[in-house]
Amino acid sequence: MSELTLTVMRLGFLAVLWLFVIVAVQVIRSDLFGTRVTQRGSRREAGRQPQQAQRQAAAPPPQRQQPSGGGRQRRGAPTKLVVSEGTLTGTTVALQGQTITLGRAHDSTIVLDDDYASSRHARIYPDRDGQWIVEDLGSTNGTYLDRTRLTTPTPIPLGAPIRIGKTVIELRK
Amino acid sequence: MSSTTNTSTHHTSTIGSIGTPSRRNTELALLLFAVAIPVFAYANVGLAINDQVPPGLLGYGVGLGLLAGVGHLVVRKFAPYADPLMLPLATLLNGLGLVVIWRLDQSKRLQALPTFVSAAPRQLLYTALGIALFVAVLIFLKDHRVLQRYTYISMMGALVLLVLPLVPGLGANVYGAKIWISIPGLGTLQPGEFAKIVLAVFFAGYLMVKRDALALASRRFMGLYLPRGRDLGPIVVVWIISILVLVFETDLGTSLLFFGMFVVMLYVATERTSWIVFGLLMSAVGAVGVASFEPHVQQRVQAWLNPLREYKLSQQGVFGHSEQSMEALWAFGSGGTMGTGLGQGNSDLIKFAANSDFILATFGEELGLAGLMAILLLYGLIVERGVRTALAARDPFGKLLAVGLSGAFALQVFVVAGGVMGLIPLTGMTMPFLAYGGSSVIANWALIGILLRISDTARRPAPAPAPNPDAEMTQVVRP
Repeated sequence: MSELTLTVMRLGFLAVLWLFVIVAVQVIRSDLFGTRVTQRGSRREAGRQPQQAQRQAAAPPPQRQQPSGGGRQRRGAPTKLVVSEGTLTGTTVALQGQTITLGRAHDSTIVLDDDYASSRHARIYPDRDGQWIVEDLGSTNGTYLDRTRLTTPTPIPLGAPIRIGKTVIELRK
Repeated sequence: MSSTTNTSTHHTSTIGSIGTPSRRNTELALLLFAVAIPVFAYANVGLAINDQVPPGLLGYGVGLGLLAGVGHLVVRKFAPYADPLMLPLATLLNGLGLVVIWRLDQSKRLQALPTFVSAAPRQLLYTALGIALFVAVLIFLKDHRVLQRYTYISMMGALVLLVLPLVPGLGANVYGAKIWISIPGLGTLQPGEFAKIVLAVFFAGYLMVKRDALALASRRFMGLYLPRGRDLGPIVVVWIISILVLVFETDLGTSLLFFGMFVVMLYVATERTSWIVFGLLMSAVGAVGVASFEPHVQQRVQAWLNPLREYKLSQQGVFGHSEQSMEALWAFGSGGTMGTGLGQGNSDLIKFAANSDFILATFGEELGLAGLMAILLLYGLIVERGVRTALAARDPFGKLLAVGLSGAFALQVFVVAGGVMGLIPLTGMTMPFLAYGGSSVIANWALIGILLRISDTARRPAPAPAPNPDAEMTQVVRP
């Protein structure tokens, strides 16, 4: 066997060995940074329910309310929901056509740590035209859009405060 | 993993827990890679020595691939969330070991020895046995916490395993170290390798119960937490046992491994640095004390301090001196940075034990510093995954067991590599997975099996919490 071939094999083998090490380290790396954790507003909440947050981040947009053919995104439609008051202040949730539930129940999209919120308090969903609607789910203390207590599903104007217990949320572009 | 649907009339979507991905496909891909590398090495050795691709290449590749495949399928079935890296890493190390053992089998110098036996087929058999034990561990050990019930039985088992080599008629004195037992018709066995695992079970069970007493009941003195006298009991007992092992079995490595493992686990259980200080002091005192009167240990220390003088004495035919330490160092030296290439070194000049205790010298010569570092990193990655498993484990017993097993693995690698490279005196232990030796390969596959079981439990997504959202009533706003 020629000297050259053997030299190439020698160096090639070392390269392959190191390549394996590098690939293994890459696997570890993806293991470490595999899940995305959404930053919840309050530290207390984040500490209490890190798994919840992680799960929500890892979850695919659950149950598309409308198939993508149902209508294209309107101009000026809100793109995110922002918590502006309460323990979750600063939390944002992207609006992707999915229903957002709010309440103290652990399986809500936004889990409220608020004594004045019911376990299943309200939900926010897009109707056929892509207009976002808020609906009270028979909560104890009610859901307020601006100052009026909701009795029927109501379209949400951009930037209008929705009050649930001590928490205030609004839709923004 | 389940996405539950809400039974109420609302179209509320509920987000179920999304499990961490099981990563079995990553494992499979890495495993294919890990089998391909030794096959490449095998072809390389054949081309270098005989100028042809070795005829056994296909059989060897298929054999290793089958073993790894069986391991993978069992993991997929019985431990689906287990760590994706450990199996490929162990397979790669085992495969590389097989290739180098086969390469040493081809050596004319070694074939001329009267004690020569073709070791590679046997090692393949041991590997198969090891994988069988690995599979058995994964199938029959459904939950590692079961082991906790056998804390004190494990202690007795470990003691028996440690004492076995001293039983007359059963123990075999192999070149000074009495760490083997010979079973007629089956060959020799190194019970210390198995004792390592059993002892880790005992330490984990024991420390889990006692760690609060060990951690909290202490006085502070000069920045160190001094434990109470009566809490020192267990560490003193383990120390005495490891000293006894050193005295009667005259093997520094085994002794260091057990004591080191205990100190590591003690530190992890109690978070007290003082235990490490005590442990280091006690092992230093013990080693120096024993070395002052035990001739075999003295000899090893001499060979470590003055390898060249030992080499000369051995060349002059003076009995009881070994030229191997120096030869190993020369092998590393002649390998240089990039090595001589597989099959092209002269490490077979280390005649006896070239494929077991000194196999690292062959790697050092033929793969060079670059290859040796990669090998050590592979070991490091196994240990890292073990410690990561311990961090992820939710139960204290599993944490301690994972730390103990990976700590013992790391210590063994350190003791052997350090011995061969002349950092510490040489011992009679072997490099896990790489070296020729049935006990070592089989026991370490079992060790990997237990670690995978713990990591499966640790990485398995937690069951969803009980639906109890209304534990506190909603307060009513009273204006």
